[in-house]
Amino acid sequence: MSILINQDSRVIVQGFTGREGTFHATQMIEYGTSIVGGITPNKGGQIHLDKPVFNTVEEAVKETAADVSVIFVPAPFAADAIIEAALAGIALIVCISEGIPVLDMVKVKHFLRSTSSRLIGPNCPGIISPGKCKVGIMPSRIHSPGKVGIISRSGTLTYVAVDQITRENLGQSTGIGIGGDPIIGTTFVEALQLFKDDEQTEAVVMIGEIGGTLEEEAAAYIGKNFNKPVVSFIAGQTAPPGRRMGHAGAIISGGCGTAAEKMAVLKKNGVHVVENPAEIGATVKKILG
Amino acid sequence: MKIHEYQAKELFKSCGVPVPRGEAADTAEKALTIAERLGYPCVIKAQVHAGGRGKAGGIQLVRNRSEAEKHIGRILGMTLVSHQTGPEGKLVRKLLVEKGLDIIKEFYLAIIIDREEEMPVIIASSQGGMEIESVARDHPQAIFKMHVHPVTGLSACHIRNLAFKLDLSKVQQQNFSNLLTNLYELFLKNDASLVEINPLIVTANDEVLALDAKINFDDNALYRHPDIAAWRDVYEEEPLEVEASKFELNYIRLDGNIGCMVNGAGLAMATMDIIKFYGGEPANFLDVGGATSVEKVKEAFNILLADKNVRAVFVNIFGGIVRTDLVANGIVYAAKGLDIKIPIVIRLVGTNEEEGMRILGESQLNFVTENVLADAVRRVVELAKGD
Repeated sequence: MSILINQDSRVIVQGFTGREGTFHATQMIEYGTSIVGGITPNKGGQIHLDKPVFNTVEEAVKETAADVSVIFVPAPFAADAIIEAALAGIALIVCISEGIPVLDMVKVKHFLRSTSSRLIGPNCPGIISPGKCKVGIMPSRIHSPGKVGIISRSGTLTYVAVDQITRENLGQSTGIGIGGDPIIGTTFVEALQLFKDDEQTEAVVMIGEIGGTLEEEAAAYIGKNFNKPVVSFIAGQTAPPGRRMGHAGAIISGGCGTAAEKMAVLKKNGVHVVENPAEIGATVKKILG
Repeated sequence: MKIHEYQAKELFKSCGVPVPRGEAADTAEKALTIAERLGYPCVIKAQVHAGGRGKAGGIQLVRNRSEAEKHIGRILGMTLVSHQTGPEGKLVRKLLVEKGLDIIKEFYLAIIIDREEEMPVIIASSQGGMEIESVARDHPQAIFKMHVHPVTGLSACHIRNLAFKLDLSKVQQQNFSNLLTNLYELFLKNDASLVEINPLIVTANDEVLALDAKINFDDNALYRHPDIAAWRDVYEEEPLEVEASKFELNYIRLDGNIGCMVNGAGLAMATMDIIKFYGGEPANFLDVGGATSVEKVKEAFNILLADKNVRAVFVNIFGGIVRTDLVANGIVYAAKGLDIKIPIVIRLVGTNEEEGMRILGESQLNFVTENVLADAVRRVVELAKGD
């Protein structure tokens, strides 16, 4: 089945004609994603990559019946782009942009609660249901359709895990990069809730990192409500406290949010925690047999 | 981004958050002139980006000219070592000289973003002047929190609730209300990620003032606050980190001897972890990012090798969007220009990896290439240990 996106998803690109938007839209189209158009203000009416360009998301939705939007606009304009997509009734908004101010995200997050839109990201590689649809920037080649759901706060580290899963001939049902920022749309728990009801997904790989409490919340949820096996790796076991490790969300403050704490509480709730990121694929293989 | 106390207090003053009278100085003469003008008692405060200055001898109350001279001379130019500076300490280049006040109560007041609730939270405590982490541990009942929803903003009830919990008199309440209203506005307007006043004091005249001031800003929002970005003090940062930031390289120096160059923050962290897992010690975190060019790779190498503790280098690239052949070209270009004497282990996986490996192989340079992550790490750990 896969979750959130599939071969029927109708995708528009915000920031369509820019360098990033053009490059990744091309890749998505090559993968088979149904890109039905894009948005660049003041370029409405043009054709780009053989698809129509619109001035507003509202117009694009009206003309194309799009239900998914992927955002590539620069960070200073990204919060506005998310709000516009939600106002136009887009069901799934995937925000790739990195560097959105936290206070912008505070407003966006609380606004989204009054809509029916779901946000993935920001500062994330996007979402992919291999063989069906890719909405994001992840390398297509390493993915294969299969039975493992992936949820991750990272980008390249996720690709390493996906690559291992593919080499073990397990494949992925859906892979979601939830993003490396302190405030993000879809959390581990929300993604787990979706994988729980997905028949294609037999196990989940969860890649967390230092900072915040999303992994702890996920652990509590898994302990009570999730009966598929979960394999987890937490990046930043050796990170010094108080330093921002690349991702805005990856910072240990006041002894909270350490990798050790997260790993302990995940283990306590029945999660298979790997200390060595080279062993993610093999661990899933061993569990699924 | 962090700023100094004296800078934070300038911002406080301009936003209507009361602070003691005072001024910053970078020479002993200037500091003494300020002390003489303010009159005694006054307080000499070392300006470094670290907490624990009082215990480290960086804050001193002085009662007359001779005490002022003595302690200005002692603190300016000292290497201040506290639990937050690391053992190497921080050189004191500036002093803040402030009028001493008649304090009757001390509180703690801060505003941060609560990641769980996804909104700002005001934290106040009746136990001011102490480390808030230890108050939270030993006297949790003395800490009060008030979340501020973005729809309501700061409302009178938030302030009233805190004022009653802090047991303020009616006059004090009014002064506290003005201070907190302005402080909250400052937090939002300047995209702060933390404002902290410890202690917030009440004087014998019922005035409420910020005796200390700490502000951190959201790096992602600095583009819209050029005035604040200009306050950055590169002397407070690790020189190699400053150099790296010029090339948009994300570098953090650590204590180990294996230099790491990785693409992506998560993979860079995981690379440090796996090095440690196999018994090695990473010398740094270095994320070269997505848009990697030959020049950027060369700069990354320069910075890695400038750390004299580095005994071996591990390059771990997973090419998704990044083309590994470009990275390989960058490595070869860098290595030819740099006369590298230490071993370099390279793992290039992903887009154009065959081409990348061919470039490395034909370079006639002495690289160790490994495709399997665990093997590559074992190898670099071994090489870093060798003589």
